[in-house]
Amino acid sequence: MKLTGKAWKFGDNVNTDVIIPGRHLSTTDPKELARHCLEDLDPTFTSQVQPGDIIVAGKNFGCGSSREHAPLCLRGAGVSCVIAQSFALIFFRNAINLGLPILECPEAARAIQAGHRIEVELSTGQITDRDTGHTFQAKPYPEFMLKIINAGGLVPYTMKQMNAVNGSGT
Amino acid sequence: MAMTLAEKILAAHAGLKHVSPGDLIEARVDMVLANDITAPLAIGQFQRLNVPGLFDRQRVALVQDHFVPPKDIAAANQCKLVRSFAREHGLAHYYEAGKTGGIEHVVLPEQGVVLPGEVVIGADSHTCTYGALGAFSTGMGSTDVAVAMATGRIWMKVPETIRFIYEGGLQPWVGAKDLILYTIGDIGVEGALYQAMEFGGPVIDAMGMDGRFTMANMAVEAGAKAGLFAVDDTTLDYVRRRTGRPFTVYHGDPDAQCALVRQYDVSEIEPQVAFPHLPSNTRPVSQAGHVSIDQVFIGSCTNGRISDLRLAARVLGGRQVDSQVRCIIIPGDATAYRQALAEGLIETFVEAGAMVGTPSCGPCLGGHSGVLGEGERCISTTNRNFVGRMGHVKSEVYLANPAVAAASAILGRIAAPAEL
Ligand code: SF4
Repeated sequence: MKLTGKAWKFGDNVNTDVIIPGRHLSTTDPKELARHCLEDLDPTFTSQVQPGDIIVAGKNFGCGSSREHAPLCLRGAGVSCVIAQSFALIFFRNAINLGLPILECPEAARAIQAGHRIEVELSTGQITDRDTGHTFQAKPYPEFMLKIINAGGLVPYTMKQMNAVNGSGT
Repeated sequence: MAMTLAEKILAAHAGLKHVSPGDLIEARVDMVLANDITAPLAIGQFQRLNVPGLFDRQRVALVQDHFVPPKDIAAANQCKLVRSFAREHGLAHYYEAGKTGGIEHVVLPEQGVVLPGEVVIGADSHTCTYGALGAFSTGMGSTDVAVAMATGRIWMKVPETIRFIYEGGLQPWVGAKDLILYTIGDIGVEGALYQAMEFGGPVIDAMGMDGRFTMANMAVEAGAKAGLFAVDDTTLDYVRRRTGRPFTVYHGDPDAQCALVRQYDVSEIEPQVAFPHLPSNTRPVSQAGHVSIDQVFIGSCTNGRISDLRLAARVLGGRQVDSQVRCIIIPGDATAYRQALAEGLIETFVEAGAMVGTPSCGPCLGGHSGVLGEGERCISTTNRNFVGRMGHVKSEVYLANPAVAAASAILGRIAAPAEL
């Protein structure tokens, strides 16, 4: 699957409190959450983000609270993919489980500039900066995760597995 | 082959003789947890799974703690959803605010719901707190938790272990919070990324359970998956007073492979303060400089236990909170609240001019009961001081132990108890 979008650049340790502040957690609606996405880090984000845009960040993206509202609101805001130098553990799982593509690629995360047009080929992990022509290779997903991604997230994956065990449909 | 404590627990729960760091395993879980913010998402995902019911109604815990008593209509609706789910599924461990309720990570150990040697997952990053009991417990998202609620199983990658040894004599007013802040200051907020931290040494051996909970609680602030303590008499005594439920004690092998061993001489450690906006941005309190404050918060799953309240009372007793400071004290659960009441601590707080709240996360995540305004500064016994964590994007949070927080409340600026 190919994703294209404009890059939004952020630094290290972008935590889930700034992705979606605690004060807005009295809802689970992605669109509602998206109205406050990253507002404490960049007040222009919510009004200017376009469907398909890509977040490019430094180390330890998604650290802090385990709130799944974070990947949910990024998705709600139309973000198609996050590229970072590294991800915090819980965020990594949450994003995969919800089907938000994330790629670990330190080189791309450092080189790509804000506003550049980025192209990501998810099946190969190839990232292209269309403004500079540079290409980067993201770390491949472990096989196990690939199965979850291909199933469309953890819930459909588990349903498939449970059906295989029980031999019955739902 | 030798295994660490984390590896032993995970191997046993995966039905394997041996596991090594990096192995992907599927493990049985003993307890699955969610709260009033994360449970609504988990319940939605659980319903999508279309299973007949929970894998075990004794092994799912739901705690109403973040926005309770409900701060607004939306929060009340979320609480209501969680309550009806608990009722519908006959949950054995459902905690409403009040009787035995409070903050999940204070309540579950206190009620004997999590035990040594267990694997616990929770839709809350501070689920790592139960590592203090010698359990492997870790935070995950709502979807992971939903699947575990249905299947009683979870996949994970076996983490490497890094070991921290604390030796020497503690300085006055230095405790568990200072040790963990110092450690995070040393290794950084991603210093233990994807790893399990194991805490040990003579200082830990002499530490009570409350202190161990404080340290395990903040393992995630260094990026860790878990923070574990060996089970000893202190642990067993704590657990046996609370439950008769059986459990298995695992011991790490002394010759097990660790990715890193770090040794600290604690006699060199002063009370620590983490400056905005990272828990790793620590300084000794003597080097804090003049930082005036608007609010003090003593509470949370890090420092809302009875020992923390006693410490705060020792400092606040017979003194007065500065007239320009809001000092908010919230016991972590109903048990700590009742104990504080019996010991006269609540009276001490109120006499000193502090506000005492009902057990809840309260201001910790900027939800309610002490949200910060633009430019306001708070010294807090919580675990995170990220941008906007407790309110306005331009507010500031400084993390410290309860004694430092209490001393700061009296002097109206960040201060050491020794200054009083
Ligand atoms: S007290 Fe704070 S850190 Fe602990 S569970 Fe509540 S919000 Fe999270």
